[in-house]
Amino acid sequence: MLPNIPFLKKGKREDQSKIFVASRRDFLKLGSLASGGLILGVSFQCSGPKGETMTFAPNVYISINSENEVTLVAHRSEMGTGIRTSLPQIVADELGAEWSKVKIIQAEGDEEKYGNQNTDGSFSVRMFYEPMRKAGATARYMLIAAASSEWGVEASECDTQDGMVLHAGKGKKISFGDLVGRLKDAPVPDPEDVKLRDFTNYKLIGTDVPIYDLKDITSGKAVFGADVDLPNMKIAVIKRSPVIGAKVISYNDEKALAVPGVVQVVKIEGSGFPPGLDKALEGVAVIADSTWSAIKGREALEVEWDLGDNQNFNSDKQQAEMLESTKGNGKVRRERGDFDKASRSAAKSLERTFEAPFYAHATIEPPAAIAHVKEDGSCEVWAPSQHPQWARDAVATAIGIDSAKVRINVTLLGGGFGRKSKPDFVVEAALLSKAAKAPVRVQWTREDDLHFDFFHSHSAQRIKASLDASGNLIGWNHHTVFPAIGSTSSKEELHPSDGELGLGCVDFPFDVPNIRIESHESTGNTRVGWLRSVSNIHHAFAIHSMMDEIAEARGKDPIENAIELLGTDRDITFQSEMVSGEFGNYGEKIEDYPWNTGRMKNVIRTVAEKSNWTANKASGKIMGFAAHKSFLTYVACVVILEKGSGGNTIISDVHYAVDCGVAVNTDRIRSQFEGGSQFATSLATTSAITFDKGQVQQNNFDTYKIIRMPASPKNIHVHIIESQIKPTGVGEPPVPPFIPALANAMYQMNGERIYKLPFKV
Amino acid sequence: MAKYTLTVNGGSKEVEAMDDMPLLWVIRDLLGMKGTKFGCGQALCGACTVHLDGVAVRSCSIPIADVGDGKITTIEGLSENGDHPVQKAWVQHIVPQCGYCQSGQIMNAASLLNSNSSPTGEEIEQGMAGNLCRCGTYNRIKEAILTASKSV
Repeated sequence: MLPNIPFLKKGKREDQSKIFVASRRDFLKLGSLASGGLILGVSFQCSGPKGETMTFAPNVYISINSENEVTLVAHRSEMGTGIRTSLPQIVADELGAEWSKVKIIQAEGDEEKYGNQNTDGSFSVRMFYEPMRKAGATARYMLIAAASSEWGVEASECDTQDGMVLHAGKGKKISFGDLVGRLKDAPVPDPEDVKLRDFTNYKLIGTDVPIYDLKDITSGKAVFGADVDLPNMKIAVIKRSPVIGAKVISYNDEKALAVPGVVQVVKIEGSGFPPGLDKALEGVAVIADSTWSAIKGREALEVEWDLGDNQNFNSDKQQAEMLESTKGNGKVRRERGDFDKASRSAAKSLERTFEAPFYAHATIEPPAAIAHVKEDGSCEVWAPSQHPQWARDAVATAIGIDSAKVRINVTLLGGGFGRKSKPDFVVEAALLSKAAKAPVRVQWTREDDLHFDFFHSHSAQRIKASLDASGNLIGWNHHTVFPAIGSTSSKEELHPSDGELGLGCVDFPFDVPNIRIESHESTGNTRVGWLRSVSNIHHAFAIHSMMDEIAEARGKDPIENAIELLGTDRDITFQSEMVSGEFGNYGEKIEDYPWNTGRMKNVIRTVAEKSNWTANKASGKIMGFAAHKSFLTYVACVVILEKGSGGNTIISDVHYAVDCGVAVNTDRIRSQFEGGSQFATSLATTSAITFDKGQVQQNNFDTYKIIRMPASPKNIHVHIIESQIKPTGVGEPPVPPFIPALANAMYQMNGERIYKLPFKV
Repeated sequence: MAKYTLTVNGGSKEVEAMDDMPLLWVIRDLLGMKGTKFGCGQALCGACTVHLDGVAVRSCSIPIADVGDGKITTIEGLSENGDHPVQKAWVQHIVPQCGYCQSGQIMNAASLLNSNSSPTGEEIEQGMAGNLCRCGTYNRIKEAILTASKSV
């Protein structure tokens, strides 16, 4: 079972392509187009686990007009990974389009039409690389067919390039724009006849194509969640239940309504406890003509709360209890051999505990959404949503209309990291628009964002390692406990799910003869969600910090140690050792995406070579290492530290080696790793959310700290392994290995091991 | 509520607002210019950075009553066609990821270069320390400012 984490859901990918000439009406809804030309839809149906038809893969829409402009629809959400560029880049390359003539328009949230739009789990490129290539190849086929029949040549002798069909032998060429008029009645090819380009012929894939929105962003024109203005729009700011599950007893809105610009005060019925992933929290909203009036109105609002069951929740206390619980026996999740026997025969045993706090996403754009519930009962939304179809369904449920009557326009996202998958803030906007009978923008303040996030869970872990007299690692026992994502929706979910343990815990890859992995119970007392790389964050910190200690105990260099313990080059399957449930493999079949130790060793060797590990170590450089596969991407990381003139620690260099299969947009792969190391620096060294009396104790960036430029890693080197293996994602994989690599480097610097996040550098 | 006349991007604008309304909300809600972003409301993140008489300020923390006849420049007014040297360097280095903080980063960088046309790496780090980027574009921001410093 993989409950509650939408991006871990399985779906079979048996493509049955269907190509159709799309209706202009359908396409025009998406945006204005130049007149004339061809609009092609390429649909990829696939079968679900039980053979049912699933629209897991998209309809890809390609429009080519007489001016030679190619318009592509981006159906995934752009939150900074570059996906709005990378997927069109694949279509355009296969098609042979001229990139400067490619226009991209953003799809509304409609999974029936576009296939899966849940931009999460680092899977956009993984899932859509093949369909995008096929779509581009199909359009190319039709263009070549039209040109070759006119020229009286074989289609196989023609190619496309820079928006032209070419016949090299006869020196003929014709632009796409000149051909499209002839394509309206052209027969649609049999998918079997459509051939993909040879990998070596790609001109865009594998290059640094700049992001499509670059100039709009640098000139302030890019449209984010709060940037849409509608006539007569009101702005709402909400006073939400300070403790999750609290209910409004009464409120007095007299002073709030006296604030100039405040027009209405509305109570929002919350979901209580558990709060759920897609529902509004209980609260009282102040609706006004301007954001400032709404903020001032909220300050003046008086609310009496029944704080409910979580009013005594203290996160330090729970963490201490969780840590204590790891001393006992947990629920065994993976077992190989007999750890207890190995432990008894051990010549040396190590036992260490690791703790990590709650984290908030803290996207610089706080949640904001605009909804307009219209007189005809329909609802139109503008929102920075990672999962627009979920927002659509949640809005429909909340205001009691059919989801077909909800239209979700996806703006750019000012950061996502998993937060903006959850549609709670979109639901708030819809509820308030309905109440105000006007378009409403819900604006979260930073304080709202930090108090009412879907947090990354705090955690406690205990790892026991057994070494025999020859220094062989013969036993590994990992205990993990953290409030599960499932606890946000159900009080019964006391253990992490298989899906959460598949994120860096049960997929422990080292070849140890006796392994036992156990989970323990904890309760949910707030809203828990997923944050960039999810439970890989704390699992990788614990495992790779421990591996560094094991290397030391074995008298080995950490890199040699990791390569040796990974064992022979092979594909690992974990399923046979899973005690209950299944090994998730990020929703993919293990046969399709095996865990290959050879690929991991290759990134480790690469990072060692590129960071000049051996020579630098010999010369006394302070370095730490960790390697971790997540979201099916192999990453090795070396962190190099220096002492600054003021005695401060400087993260001078970070080396990453990454094997993500085919590298589609090399610039965006590098940027994800550059940013990932900075994101991880915050998690490792500055950020923590704590609760007392059920309430978050951090209010803004002065107390929930994220790194600033002076503390960020100085030089980040990203070494991308060249590969033709099917691609995997890069949004999340940079984060997990960085934290233990930094912790291990800190040990080299001052001789103290790190067992708790965040730590001081 | 009172009437104010502001000079924004070289033009004169009249608005009616509460005297404690931060300049940020005047710009976004009353003038409808959306390039300047809200991030924290406490001058802690720099997303709302604009220029007041050529100097970077956090518009979220300046009440309209305090603006007086100061000349305000927002990202929309930094250059005619998005071609200020800082903007050009941002494009050259493909700095943005999500892009949300970048208006503030660019305005802060332009102000930094106004006061110090050839900053050292450390001066850039200190000068940009008030601007947060959650995506982690700090390295490229620094490179872009170094590039821009060669052309201003």
